[in-house]
Amino acid sequence: MPEFTIAVQRGEAEAESQWTDYIVDVEEGQVVLDVIHRIQATEAPDLAVRWNCKAGKCGSCSAEINGKPRLMCMTRMNLFDPAEKITVAPMKTWPLIRDLVTDVGFNYETAEKIPAVKLGEPSEDGDFRMHQEDVERGQEFRKCIECFLCSDVCHVIRDHPENKENFFGPRFFVRLAELDMHPLDQEDRIDLVKNDAGVGYCNITKCCTEACPEDIHITDNAIIPLKERVIDSSYDPIRWIGRKIAGK
Amino acid sequence: MVNFERHEYDVIVIGAGGAGLRAAIEASAQGARTALICKSLLGKAHTVMAEGGIAASLGNVWPQDNWQVHFRDTMRGGKMLNNWRMAQLHAQEAPDRVRELESWGALFDRTSDGKILQRDFGGHRYARLAHVGDRTGLEMIRTLQQNAVHKGIDVYMECTITQLLKSGDRVTGAMGYWRESGNTIVFAAKSVVLATGGVGKAFSVTSNSWEYTGDGHSLAYWAGAELIDMECVQFHPTGMVWPPSVRGILVTEGVRGDGGTLRNSDGERFMFNYIPDFFAAETADTIDEADGWYDDKVKNRRTPDLLPRDEVARAINAEVKAGRGTPHGGAFLDISSRRSADYIRRRLPSMYHQFKQLADVDITAQAMEVGPTMHYIMGGIRVEADTAATTVPGLFAAGECAGGMHGANRLGGNSLSDLLVFGRRAGLGAAEDAAAQSAVPEVDESQVEEVVAGMREPFGRSGEGPYEVHSDLQDMMQKNVGIIRTEVELDEAVNRLQDLKNRSKDVMVSGHQQYNPGWHLAMDLESLLTVSEAIARAAHMRKESRGGHTRDDYPDPSDEWAVQNICIKQGDNGGMEVSTTPLPQMPEELKELFEEGSNA
Repeated sequence: MPEFTIAVQRGEAEAESQWTDYIVDVEEGQVVLDVIHRIQATEAPDLAVRWNCKAGKCGSCSAEINGKPRLMCMTRMNLFDPAEKITVAPMKTWPLIRDLVTDVGFNYETAEKIPAVKLGEPSEDGDFRMHQEDVERGQEFRKCIECFLCSDVCHVIRDHPENKENFFGPRFFVRLAELDMHPLDQEDRIDLVKNDAGVGYCNITKCCTEACPEDIHITDNAIIPLKERVIDSSYDPIRWIGRKIAGK
Repeated sequence: MVNFERHEYDVIVIGAGGAGLRAAIEASAQGARTALICKSLLGKAHTVMAEGGIAASLGNVWPQDNWQVHFRDTMRGGKMLNNWRMAQLHAQEAPDRVRELESWGALFDRTSDGKILQRDFGGHRYARLAHVGDRTGLEMIRTLQQNAVHKGIDVYMECTITQLLKSGDRVTGAMGYWRESGNTIVFAAKSVVLATGGVGKAFSVTSNSWEYTGDGHSLAYWAGAELIDMECVQFHPTGMVWPPSVRGILVTEGVRGDGGTLRNSDGERFMFNYIPDFFAAETADTIDEADGWYDDKVKNRRTPDLLPRDEVARAINAEVKAGRGTPHGGAFLDISSRRSADYIRRRLPSMYHQFKQLADVDITAQAMEVGPTMHYIMGGIRVEADTAATTVPGLFAAGECAGGMHGANRLGGNSLSDLLVFGRRAGLGAAEDAAAQSAVPEVDESQVEEVVAGMREPFGRSGEGPYEVHSDLQDMMQKNVGIIRTEVELDEAVNRLQDLKNRSKDVMVSGHQQYNPGWHLAMDLESLLTVSEAIARAAHMRKESRGGHTRDDYPDPSDEWAVQNICIKQGDNGGMEVSTTPLPQMPEELKELFEEGSNA
């Protein structure tokens, strides 16, 4: 395969980032991450990039390639025209650490705010019983590899970083929906979904769904059902009376 | 005194894959103040890439299954070189560890009566692997991670440990650097658990990620611990071979577990020609029996496509050498002609995705091309089976970096269960050990300052870069210490390692210390070279073929070597000492499980 020009955004926090052009020979089958590794091994040994599995399973190598949210390890170079320069930039929504590496700590802090699963007692033989059709809804959400591309492209926080205070981001709506649909979970997280997680901020533009490398139907299967649960719970007269009695 | 960042804990756990996470959860549950330290972000460790499942004799699909059968399969798969006590504990406790994961939120695939479904895998007599499609490792690490974040464990992400600290014989903590800033960090701890995984990045064709640089093996070795069985390296039979950029990426054994078969370029199911005497009694010798086994395991014997990994990897290697390989030098692995497209997409979604996106192959319509890829090291830090204690006081080890559990060859599915069983035991052992100490030990400042000075050295040099040395090391190990070994090549390997060590001492790093992968690699070279030397020297000593260790010049197993572990330890002069120690012998009641007519 031919020669490509690839522009990588380089720089550190608190300094101006710059586009640096690299000219690389690309071999058959290579992905963007291969090219980044080649640049590291030859021209720029200190080029910072995160990666682990190189097979689309760990969600470490998220970046914005030609402005599109993608995993570098799953983006084949033959998608691109060698005549045109390819750009590789870090995810914009998270604070820059260096080059292609960002501080995704927001997501780890948010994860801690979600109460863990709480199952009842198993059956008498010691096994929990769940049927395949009942676990499949949760299994779709548990495909999430935590690449954080969905939250990277979410307008609520991408364009308004101040919303991070009040909004968990699509990744954690996936998590909350998964827990909500767990066949045996007994914890009620709907107030969390409504208040701290801020599901109401989402105006269902579906950017997250389009970005998901695992094809999780984030908007349709996670966020919209959560929005419906919030509405149902707010207008559920029995819950309303219950809350009045409990003084909440 | 230099003002480094410092922390004090009862227990620190180094590595946050399945074993490290499970160890930290347990230590914390025992009341120990616990830190979990990992090179990557939490949830990205190698466990996430495990595909097929967790082996545990739940008996949900085949009620005949029990821990004795699992124990027997594990020992035979390991060519009886396993530490019998570890294999016993593993088989006995794996079912509880799987149920525990479920109670922590894991959503396994189900049987028709709502229990955890189990799938077939190589070397396992019954369908035994609890799984979620072909992404079981993701389910496991996420479940552990989501459990751990509520336990008050302090997590240090993107933090690499470069040295254990000691006072006298005892470990007193560990030190390393933040990848982001390059700044030094020092931990004083009553007990330390190593759970750092494997050594794959010493080889050029591997399913392992950048993290697998033998850190735990090396940290333990430098601290005076013993390593055993380092010659036993697993080459997984089915890695991708084409295109070159994906060479080595894992193709799950679940493809064969779910009905896929291996064929050579003549279309022959060649595994029937490679059934060793050791497994002949339990392996089908006709296509009808092999295909019948998937549905009826009582009437039929197991398909040779699911012989243990060492056997299958050698067979593929031999077919390719004999000129019956695929266009890109592998074997064909075909499930498209044997199962429906719907079934394949449901059971093997990530394989479908991986081949489609990376190789333009539709596995529901075409055969895959596969070949051996360095996948796992059975050898590791010598541990006491019940407590995971190493030979150094205060130091524990679990998971891939610990040795003994899998003998000369690991069965598929036994790794995830190993991580859970011995991760928990290491956490327990470390917490109990910490509770017996009166105070967090003092850290020796001079040790810290000396290590820091060494870490910074590459910035001031003018030699070659770390990538060249690493790449040459990988090529040499692949060629000289790979799937088939000889005395001559191993001699050459030991010599060339000396040369590579000398080169690594001159490696130069450019840029500064903030998130600098070149610098990180320069430091990883030291552990990569240490484990490479241990593998080469142990392979040189073991003059027989057993499991993952194949000597072309000693092609058969020998009775003499059957009862010896090869043990590696740092000598007083700093050189590597290689010796043999007798393999622990199992008690009579377990020996009976291997006799003809045993129910196991």
